[in-house]
Amino acid sequence: MLTKRIIPCLDIKDGRTVKGTNFVDLRDAGDPVELGALYAKQGADELVFLDITATVEKRKTLVELVRRIAMHVNIPFTVGGGISSVADVNALLENGADKISVNTAAFKNPQLITALANEFGSQCVVLAIDTKKEEDGEWYVYLNGGRTKTDTKAMTWAAQSVELGAGEILLTSMNHDGTKQGFALDITKAMVENLPVPVIASGGGGTMAHFKDVFEKTNVDAALAASIFHFNEICIPDLKAYLEINNILVRK
Amino acid sequence: MNTVIIKYNAGNIQSVLFALERIGVQAEVTDEKERILRADKVIFPGVGEASSAMKYLKERKLDEVIKGLKQPVLGICLGMQLLCKHSEENDTDCLGIVPVKVKKFPAGKDCKVPQIGWNNIYGLKSPLFKEVPSNSYIYNVHGYYAEKSDHTIATCNYGVEYAAAIVKDNFYGVQFHTEKSSVVGEQILKNFIEL
Repeated sequence: MLTKRIIPCLDIKDGRTVKGTNFVDLRDAGDPVELGALYAKQGADELVFLDITATVEKRKTLVELVRRIAMHVNIPFTVGGGISSVADVNALLENGADKISVNTAAFKNPQLITALANEFGSQCVVLAIDTKKEEDGEWYVYLNGGRTKTDTKAMTWAAQSVELGAGEILLTSMNHDGTKQGFALDITKAMVENLPVPVIASGGGGTMAHFKDVFEKTNVDAALAASIFHFNEICIPDLKAYLEINNILVRK
Repeated sequence: MNTVIIKYNAGNIQSVLFALERIGVQAEVTDEKERILRADKVIFPGVGEASSAMKYLKERKLDEVIKGLKQPVLGICLGMQLLCKHSEENDTDCLGIVPVKVKKFPAGKDCKVPQIGWNNIYGLKSPLFKEVPSNSYIYNVHGYYAEKSDHTIATCNYGVEYAAAIVKDNFYGVQFHTEKSSVVGEQILKNFIEL
């Protein structure tokens, strides 16, 4: 049976991890390759590398980094951040990335999703949505790393993107991100039930019980987190053992 | 030992090369008939769509080259499906080396198509799975599957039971991505190299 997936996310700037870690056994805690390989060894099911490098000239660094990751990491990984063309994606996939994620560029130019799906297949096109629940109780799409509000509802955009060819949704709740108070169960459940593609829940995972809750209550396919893994507040083998005891199917 | 990866229009070759490097194997990527024929081991990878892959192989007469191979051949993912007789993906006649049909997964509430993620394999019966425990987890990305048959050497379940690996004579095929399946995948690649 297909297992639920646990996905650590690494933010990358100029080829280095941004937030730092407190893994004492890493020679270079800022090296995304070393950290990624450690997570793979610990039992992470996939990795997401999110590039927040601002400048175009530095983006060449990302392709080189992807190549090094593919060389040393023996599990699948997704690369996102600033991707806006078929050529960008081709370079990343050719160097060993398994999937790419698009966000703002896809919202501004939805045909990008179709172009990527036609060229490389839907299975490698992840649509990332940053969403926030407003006072009217609705979840809206935010762009540019959460800085720009739109009037589009997250569910509407997600459904449209799947029609266009997105093969997976990476859903980040801005209300929950960084709070360690648990994942956004309502919007996650709505997406899982209404979309024919896998959904990754992101934002708010602070305890092992939060992961159990999101899998049990929403049947989401995967859960993503960053700092709780980087700072070793939750280690992946413990998390998987906990989920298994709670009858959630995970890979061991 | 000379290992060749067949170069064609169906992706993920770099990942297979890196996985082989991790187990200490330097492979050559080529579409030249002579080099493929000379190899001790041939890997036929693939991520993509069946009919366009078959069209590409036929245009370069690689289909006849592959069918005539006598050394161990390992088809991975689409490469495995192309070893079969026919695929429902755009109603494609494949290489017909292994007499098995490739069908589309029925979409269900709990089984989204394509299958993406880690699933367990069992009923392992081939030297390809030496030191691989039953119910090991392997990484999958596919919307089509090979039917179970006498040629099945590993089984997986995703709404239906299907062939996760097949064999006929010197031709082996695995549906999952050995190159992305952690240490289990590396063991299977190592086993293939040591056949």
